[in-house]
Amino acid sequence: MDYSRLIEKALKGDRLATGRLLSIVERDPRGASMVLESLPEREGYHVIGVTGIAGSGKSTLLSRLLTHYADKGYRCAVVAIDPSSAYSRGALLGDRIRMQMHATNPNIFIRSVSTRGLKGGLSFAGVAMIDVFGRLGYDKVFIESIGVGQADVDIMRIADTIVVVTVPGLGDDIQALKAGVMEIGDIYVINKVDKDREGANKTMEYLLFAIEAGELGHRGWRPRIVKTSAVLDEGIDELIDAIEEHYRFILGTGRYGSGRERRREILVRLLAEKMLIDALESIEIETGKDLYEGALELLRRVTARYVDTTGGGEA
Amino acid sequence: MTITETERIKVLVAKLGLDGHDRGAKVVARALRDAGFEVIYTGIRQTPEQVVEAAIQEDVDVIGVSILSGAHMTLMKRLMELLREYGADDIPVFLGGTIPVPDIEPIKRMGVREVFLPGTSLREIVEMIRQAGLERRKRRGW
Ligand code: B12
Ligand SMILES: Nc1nc2c(ncn2[C@@H]2O[C@H](COP(=O)(O)OP(=O)(O)OP(=O)(O)O)[C@@H](O)[C@H]2O)c(=O)[nH]1
Ligand SMILES: [Mg+2]
Repeated sequence: MDYSRLIEKALKGDRLATGRLLSIVERDPRGASMVLESLPEREGYHVIGVTGIAGSGKSTLLSRLLTHYADKGYRCAVVAIDPSSAYSRGALLGDRIRMQMHATNPNIFIRSVSTRGLKGGLSFAGVAMIDVFGRLGYDKVFIESIGVGQADVDIMRIADTIVVVTVPGLGDDIQALKAGVMEIGDIYVINKVDKDREGANKTMEYLLFAIEAGELGHRGWRPRIVKTSAVLDEGIDELIDAIEEHYRFILGTGRYGSGRERRREILVRLLAEKMLIDALESIEIETGKDLYEGALELLRRVTARYVDTTGGGEA
Repeated sequence: MTITETERIKVLVAKLGLDGHDRGAKVVARALRDAGFEVIYTGIRQTPEQVVEAAIQEDVDVIGVSILSGAHMTLMKRLMELLREYGADDIPVFLGGTIPVPDIEPIKRMGVREVFLPGTSLREIVEMIRQAGLERRKRRGW
């Protein structure tokens, strides 16, 4: 299938073509910008970032949200980001397992992405895919990022609505988390309340206190707190209400679109980082030098070229 | 042997049918990850439709199916039919599990690349999947 055929088919909702188009996005940054530029711009899609502590139930919750939104006729896309192993650079992308019951739902499209060595819980492809899905006609685009704490603040910059998932009974740990990931939520979810209702209330009190004290929340939005049990399907309606309320809030305050601006900015940064890593890796392969030596080699080459072009004067 | 950035191969490891034996699938998934592959595991009890949909949405380079229930003939036949129907039959398919030797040839005739019986070395599995994945990437041309 050639490129323009892929675009044409994907715009009509063809899932095979969509999957393959996403691979072009994933292959390299040039492919990503090519795909983005070939797709017509579109307004109004809602990007929902789900982040938080590892194993807190992000994927299971997402699966519940998908059921609800897809039933209501929304087209939903999920970009599920998992870390790649620093060791082998391979990855076990585990989020899909929790959402696989939706595989054959025509309103739902799920794509797993690995961070491919990038820090901060995001990957270049993952960020680019958000707007590809939006332009392909998806209404709700969810992005699940790894819950690594501090570094996860990155997700704040790319989503319209940020859902931070935590679990009851973290006690003092939550204090530690506050500085990073806990600060960024538009909505805080205390999941797994079925395991510890008492602890959930404590966590709730703590979060409420932080909100009252003005430690959480920003620019006119008072963060919502929702207690859920993803396995028992409890609290999901409240969570959806909170998400929709926040969506109306950003539309009403003219903030919609700032997420997209931030995604563009992040893409440029990730692009630069990725190009550098690629260059280092190819030097590593080409010369057998390690990353440090490779970096020096790259510097030498860049400097040489710079001296070359400024001195050579070949226009 | 590690895989470079540009050739990072995506593999779907799938458990087809009513079959709770997931040890082999998990062992293979981990071995592939450790060899530098990106692995997506479907979890147990999948229908052929779910597996094909996952393969298409993730645009994997290779599909590896694990069946230890004895229902491999019907399930694999349906899976291969669906892949053709969807136009995704360029994705190479492998099968592992307790497959009686007389069934191997008929299964390969359905279009399955290779059948791995219990006891096959992980190195052999990883190497064959790697070859198939690289070939698919090359055929595709980008
Ligand atoms: C361990 C085991 C169990 C465990 C499973 C634990 C688990 N979570 O996996 C338990 C005790 C739960 C179990 C239960 C049952 N089992 Co059982 N079980 C086995 C046993 C002894 C070993 C399987 C195993 O884990 N092997 C180790 C792994 C690493 O090997 P493997 O899966 O074969 O994988 C290798 C290859 O096959 C291949 N491979 C496998 N998958 C994949 C995937 C890909 C992508 C690739 C590339 C390669 C590949 O590569 C691997 C490495 O070499 C086998 C006997 C046997 N010799 O296989 C019976 C066996 C599979 N079980 C059998 C049966 C009947 C059952 C039960 C129905 C028993 C009962 N009557 O209650 C239940 C059903 C469970 C269910 N829900 O489906 C039969 C199946 C008969 C058939 N096929 O018709 C077998 C063959 C035993 C027998 N000879 O009767 N079982
Ligand atoms: N008791 C209980 N268990 C839950 C709940 N939600 C999720 N789980 C379980 O928690 C485990 C992790 O769930 P996931 O949805 O994979 O969590 P995650 O946050 O996506 O995990 P990572 O992506 O690995 O960080 C699974 O075993 C779930 O079944 C809940 O509300 N209650
Ligand atoms: Mg998850």
